[in-house]
Amino acid sequence: MARRAGTLTALALAFVTLAPVAVVMVQAGGRGLTAPDWAALRFTLLQAVLSALASVGCAVPLARALARRRFAGRGALITALGAPFLLPVIVAVLGLLAVFGRAGVVNATLRGLGLPEVSIFGLGGVVLAHVFLNMPLATRMLLQGWQAIPAERLRLAESLGFTPREVWRHLERPMLRAVLPGALLAVFAICLTSFAVVLILGGGPAATTVELAIWQAIRFEFDLPRAATLAVMQVLACGGAVGLAGLVARAPGFGAGLDRLHPLPAPPGWRRGLDAAVLALATLFLAAPLLAVLQRGLPGLLSLPASIWPAAAASALVACLAAPLAVGGALALALGRAQGVRWLEPVAMLPMAGSQLVLGTGLFLIAFPFVTPARLSLPVTVLVTAVMSLPFAYRILAPAAQALVADYGRLAAALDLRGGAALRLLVLPRLRRPLGFALGLCAALAAGDLGVVALFATETGVTLPLAISRLMGAYRMDQAAGAALVLVALAFGLFWIGDRWGRGGTEA
Amino acid sequence: MSGLRPLHLRPNVKWSLTMKTLCFAAGCLAIATPALAETPVLDVLTYDSFVSEWGPGPAIEKAFEAECGCDLRFTPAGDGAALLARLQLEGARTEADVVLGLDTNLTAAARKTGLFAPHGQTPDLSLPVPFTDADFLPYDWGWFAFVHGKSLTAPGDFKALAASDLKIVIQDPRSSTPGLGLLMWVKAAYGDQAAQIWADLADNIVTVTPGWSEAYGMFLEGEADMVLSYTTSPAYHLIAEQDDSKAAAVFAEGNYLQVEVMGKLAASDQPELADRFLAFMLSDAAQSVLPVTNWMYPAHVPAEGLPKGFETLAQPAKSLLLSADEAEALRGPALDEWRAALAR
Amino acid sequence: MAGLRLDHLAIVQDDFALRADWSAEPGGRVAVIGPSGAGKSTLLHTIAGFLPPSEGAVLWQGARIDALPPGQRPLSILFQDQNLFPHLTIAQNLGLGLDPALRRVDWRAVEAVLERVGLSGLGARRPAQLSGGQQSRAALARALLRQRPLLLLDEPFAALGPALKAEMLDLVDALAGDALVLMVTHDPADARRFARDTVLVAEGVAAPPVPTAALFADPPPALAAYLGGAAF
Repeated sequence: MARRAGTLTALALAFVTLAPVAVVMVQAGGRGLTAPDWAALRFTLLQAVLSALASVGCAVPLARALARRRFAGRGALITALGAPFLLPVIVAVLGLLAVFGRAGVVNATLRGLGLPEVSIFGLGGVVLAHVFLNMPLATRMLLQGWQAIPAERLRLAESLGFTPREVWRHLERPMLRAVLPGALLAVFAICLTSFAVVLILGGGPAATTVELAIWQAIRFEFDLPRAATLAVMQVLACGGAVGLAGLVARAPGFGAGLDRLHPLPAPPGWRRGLDAAVLALATLFLAAPLLAVLQRGLPGLLSLPASIWPAAAASALVACLAAPLAVGGALALALGRAQGVRWLEPVAMLPMAGSQLVLGTGLFLIAFPFVTPARLSLPVTVLVTAVMSLPFAYRILAPAAQALVADYGRLAAALDLRGGAALRLLVLPRLRRPLGFALGLCAALAAGDLGVVALFATETGVTLPLAISRLMGAYRMDQAAGAALVLVALAFGLFWIGDRWGRGGTEA
Repeated sequence: MSGLRPLHLRPNVKWSLTMKTLCFAAGCLAIATPALAETPVLDVLTYDSFVSEWGPGPAIEKAFEAECGCDLRFTPAGDGAALLARLQLEGARTEADVVLGLDTNLTAAARKTGLFAPHGQTPDLSLPVPFTDADFLPYDWGWFAFVHGKSLTAPGDFKALAASDLKIVIQDPRSSTPGLGLLMWVKAAYGDQAAQIWADLADNIVTVTPGWSEAYGMFLEGEADMVLSYTTSPAYHLIAEQDDSKAAAVFAEGNYLQVEVMGKLAASDQPELADRFLAFMLSDAAQSVLPVTNWMYPAHVPAEGLPKGFETLAQPAKSLLLSADEAEALRGPALDEWRAALAR
Repeated sequence: MAGLRLDHLAIVQDDFALRADWSAEPGGRVAVIGPSGAGKSTLLHTIAGFLPPSEGAVLWQGARIDALPPGQRPLSILFQDQNLFPHLTIAQNLGLGLDPALRRVDWRAVEAVLERVGLSGLGARRPAQLSGGQQSRAALARALLRQRPLLLLDEPFAALGPALKAEMLDLVDALAGDALVLMVTHDPADARRFARDTVLVAEGVAAPPVPTAALFADPPPALAAYLGGAAF
């Protein structure tokens, strides 16, 4: 049942992501790839690998500290981890600049102390920004891994007198072996198609990504086949990473528990100090740019144009339609994969590496002969948004679905628990936490606007991100900062609702 | 001010400025009030910031519809470069009657599509350079310039800028029309020495942004001393914000022009209406709207003159503009030069 | 017509192979005994439908059941562990036996069967709130509710103490009635206490059931080796 649903979903997803590329590919013209294209590919891979390693590397101690410590504000901190990932890129970059930029706090302090200034621009800055944007996401993914260690195993560890070193060796390391590749893969794929961050902070044409080369090919040279070739290269790079992650990942094989609550051992002494330091540093690193965004946006809130509110409503509508679509599809794929249909995994990751410009262009070419593109504005926006956020939902759901099938698939089969009843009685209750997280994340991403569907734009329909861009384009930077704050609040509110439902009032 | 400038391209996962959707309420409203039967519809494909509530679109739509007895419909398509790509995608099947918002660096490619019809008009233009084009009519223009705070003593030319330790933010010529304009500017001013100028400028360039908005935003946040924009940019701060602290630098080599143009499509099913619209865009009614919405100079100064405040703007003594064909031919080599010099 | 018929059944996986060709009647109590790794659980899981047979057929009352999904076969199975969903109450876990969608469940029947296995009033609890013996009883109660004519026990009571285990076996025997019960065990005492017949699984063959007492009185070499000559 889930196998068939997964297969159908995968076929639909593969069609939606690959057909546009194929359509773009077969257009006339095309000069083949140039030397700068290859340089762009090299740089893209380099920055994506470094960003993934740095983001996940920083996430491990943070997730571990969050998993084993209890302190006031812990729940709020975990929720707030969603924020950076949901920030519009330009807002996040301006927030980072307010801290690390030429006129930022860090350099002001260095100047005050008579020390040389640091420049955020260059590869380092790109990685820093990617860590800021993606480390919290990785932390959430790893935290779920820690929380998935059954209480029975922790109790056993405690009864055997495991020291923190042994807990690491026998429980945490195998868990990470299962979870880390997925987290690395997610961040790598996100950074692979990252564009604005790299371009703004990269400092110049040395920091050119494949995605920029695609823009150039479509917009200035109208060389569609070359754009499609570049998009395929991006997909192949991501596909390679998916394969690699699949080879490395090992199921932890903890077996099922009885949903007992048992806290992770919280070792005292210097480890306590270390965790506290990690938590403090991470909070500071993540909060400072967010506070800068807040401080920058607050004055603009007072002078927001009235048109912001319909735009916010439009974004919320897209989010509410796209998130269930994305999560439903991801769930079908994750359950199908968990039941042994291996090829579903790479298909689920496809959109992450897909170029949105190529996707939009291809959909346009497919739709244009039949219908005025503007008429498809809402459906295409929802579809593209759902497709682009599906891989995130899949990554969140896959480990939980794997565990669900391993632990209870046999029993469900023995009891003939199938279809809608299985969804209601087994899948929804047992996967509620990751489902809520995924729903919240997809809704927030959709509100923050994933796709490049300008080709389907209408005169009247305006989403919040577009409204912000129009404000910026009209010199109204203060109002744009205020509107960006509204967007952050909207995205975060949607995320909070989903995540809260998932946690069902229980402890994170 | 040009709508070409805000290159809304942020194809990043989190935020793309270019996507829009049908706001449900607005959409239902639009469906509920169909254009009256028999009312001719004029479709104008343009860039996004032209139709935004702060752009010229709303006022121009109102004024033109009042006199044409038609329904003027704008279709926004991202920025100037996206506009051309959109047109090429649609090809001869396009529903658009008029395309508005290309600049002269893109008109050669636009002409090559064979989709445009001669406009057949002989407008009275007030551009600083002679301008004739059988297919494309200018509707506004501006000088590219580095904008800075008034407290700064601006360098007088590119060489002085390169020799200084001033920090500048520029836009990427591969994704932004101002970025492309700067590329052409250096090429027009320095020809074969352009590569050396870029190499000398490399240590002044803080970063290269995908579009105008990011660059201008970073400049306002203090990340750079100067930003590539227009001589008219200070007018916005002066007129809309009563802030006279911004100025634009006039360069001795001359400042490069951005001329924004419009054209009629040969396959239009409303050719007369399209002609009327082109003429309307150069009438006082439309031209008086452009300076304080697009923040550019009008292509034809209206009888009432320029808005108060424009007289304070810097006036370059020398204007540079490559012809459309020159710009098209130079773009590839100039881009390679630029990339090689800055890739370090 | 036989109840359960294993017709030239063969299960082959990599270097493992097991054959069986025998029948067992309704109402029977059959122990499945043999050395570790010989394939006792594999045999039960094949009958239950979790493993496809390589050759041969599984029949119930003369009809092939080996193409049916596990839940639609005329049987219930109790695993070594994971017999209960931890997020559902005991009553809900039992209700799944009447209707997997939990929509048309006679909750009085659930309560009645809870009483029969000695778990009166515990229906609202979750599995984690019960002892190991109580969890086994709950799983057994669900099998009773399902009223399938074949009950497969894959060592569900292995973790219980001897007294408790004996009690559970007696309970199964009393409650199973006319159903055929196949029980995997590694303990000869279980077989003798519970099963009139015993299937010996060893050396790639699941032998036809023979009377338990006779089997242990004169063990074939494979069983003798497994029992290690221990006196009993």
